Amino acid sequence: MQHEALNQWHFVAAAYAVGLGGTVLLVAQSWMAMRRAERRREGARGK
Amino acid sequence: MHGFANPTRFLRLARWLTPLFLGLGIVLAGGAMGWGVFVAPADQLQGETVRIVYLHVPTAWLGMGGWTALALASLSELVWRHPLAGIAARSIAVPGAAFAAICLVTGSIWGRPAWGTWWVWDGRLTSMLVLFFLYLAYLALADAAQRDGQGQSRIPAIFGLVGAVNIPIIHYSVLWWNSLHQPPSISMGKSAMAPEFLVPLLISTAGFSLLFGAVVLMRMRALLANSQAEARLRRKAMAVAEPA
Repeated sequence: MQHEALNQWHFVAAAYAVGLGGTVLLVAQSWMAMRRAERRREGARGK
Repeated sequence: MHGFANPTRFLRLARWLTPLFLGLGIVLAGGAMGWGVFVAPADQLQGETVRIVYLHVPTAWLGMGGWTALALASLSELVWRHPLAGIAARSIAVPGAAFAAICLVTGSIWGRPAWGTWWVWDGRLTSMLVLFFLYLAYLALADAAQRDGQGQSRIPAIFGLVGAVNIPIIHYSVLWWNSLHQPPSISMGKSAMAPEFLVPLLISTAGFSLLFGAVVLMRMRALLANSQAEARLRRKAMAVAEPA
């Protein structure tokens, strides 16, 4: 019977890449959406 | 709660809290994950893969906690007609869906070395997947209500309340049905985890909770700013259209 040789660190690295990448994307997108909307409000005030 | 019904008062507080939550969240979550990956010991049974716990468990709790908060905001919208409740619920749904998705993917990655499979259709995994789809459905309903001009419609709020039925199902699924997933290691006031695992896990959870809060505040500020910009543009257009 053959067993797969799994390097456990590969799974740890993959999980952290997904988790951290997803969190950074979420925070960055929310920050940019907020800045864009607040600029739009200021623009509407000035028009 | 109605003290924050005034958007100006809420925005004054949110402008102060957003960078605080974001900065503290980055420091705590980053520090705890560094501790979990580089300092905390490997587990006797699971080996190095136990380090995924510092990411998987906080995102799972926040996926579930997010819907609980969404349901409370929906209740507040339906019963007390709190003007910011609908905006809060919409703002919670995006990070809730993102964290539920991260929980599902990191759990699947962890499952391969721990259980020998990426996925099983058992109670815990399936009910968590249902939670992710509930978030997507809520977002679609809220967007449709916004497009139809109903603003903060009652339909997404009712859906938010009904969907809360899934939260106890997720929590008790590992006790009600046979599952590859382990039963809860932490419950009110007691923990089966050794302190060298528990401390970085709790710090990571606090950090991710602050990041979740920062994202909710940013999204609430964006929704409020957009609606204020539209109201101003509408008022100006009406003033121009009115005959002198």
